[in-house]
Amino acid sequence: MQLLLDAISWICLLSGGFFVVAGGIGLLRFPDFFTRLHAASVTDTLGTGLILLGLMLQSGFSQASVKLILILVFLFFSSPTAAHALAKAALHGKLVPFVKR
Amino acid sequence: MKHAFSLFAVLAGLWILLSGEFQTLLLVLGVISAAGVCWLALRMDAKDGEYPVVNVRLLRLGRYWLWLIKEIVKANINVTREILRPELRLSPSIFRVPADGLSELGQVTYANSITLTPGTVSINIKDRHIEVHALIQPAADDLQRGEMVRRLRRLEPN
Amino acid sequence: MYIAGIAAVLVTMALTLARAFMGPTVYDRILAVNSFGTKTVLIIALYGYFTGRPDFLDIALVYALINFIGTIAVLKFFEYGDLGRDRPSQPDDI
Repeated sequence: MQLLLDAISWICLLSGGFFVVAGGIGLLRFPDFFTRLHAASVTDTLGTGLILLGLMLQSGFSQASVKLILILVFLFFSSPTAAHALAKAALHGKLVPFVKR
Repeated sequence: MKHAFSLFAVLAGLWILLSGEFQTLLLVLGVISAAGVCWLALRMDAKDGEYPVVNVRLLRLGRYWLWLIKEIVKANINVTREILRPELRLSPSIFRVPADGLSELGQVTYANSITLTPGTVSINIKDRHIEVHALIQPAADDLQRGEMVRRLRRLEPN
Repeated sequence: MYIAGIAAVLVTMALTLARAFMGPTVYDRILAVNSFGTKTVLIIALYGYFTGRPDFLDIALVYALINFIGTIAVLKFFEYGDLGRDRPSQPDDI
């Protein structure tokens, strides 16, 4: 049982790390600010979620898990707010999104 | 006043969860700081005249979150595929989706859910419409099909 | 296994820093710094588990809070050139 939990938690940590790196690559590769915003949200949602989930599985039903859940919930509420504020400020600052068609 | 009491209860619960200690001194300190935060919050409410109103059906909210997590995972995989494609094939677009039939809280939830799903970012709310920037065409099509707003309308009280 | 996670986050931190230096607009830099902050939260949590001291989570929690507030403050500063000016609120405020 413990082995199974460990295995799942390692899978979560590894795939979380993969998504985090993918978001970082996207942040560097994408052509303009608005597309980079999407890349950053990959790390902020699934990357963070999987890594914190992996840590939660390591500590089981304890106070540390409660704190991890709090971090996760807070990030899930604040990161879209920050992204929206950024997009709106950029639009306000006369940054023209690169749009196909 | 009801607002202050519920805020106090939440803060006290948070204090106990975060500290995990039950010595008298620490509990007293917790009560003092929770009361102080309540006092500050009440003062701020009196200044800007806004009271947070949370009025949703909790069970359905849980179901909505489960659905949202599923959508986020799917969207993440799509966007990651775009990022790792050897040559970029993006088709960014800007369009508006209607947000009628939603309360103020519902509109905020809608805009936040749109932003939380990778591939779409809400950039403005105007005249009960949300302006969205989408990274790839499938993500834009998904949103315009209106599944998310239908589910949010079901969360509205009565 | 924590090492793999820490390595992934460190690599991403380097990539975000590169974006923060390259710009080109100020919004790109703010986005990169905000993203960097999220990664800092992750690395604090991972490092806490790596060294067997989950107390680090408190720091991670506080860092998440401060990172968000910092981003909003910097944005507001660039929008209005001021943080606390009293001005009539407009219908399409952030």
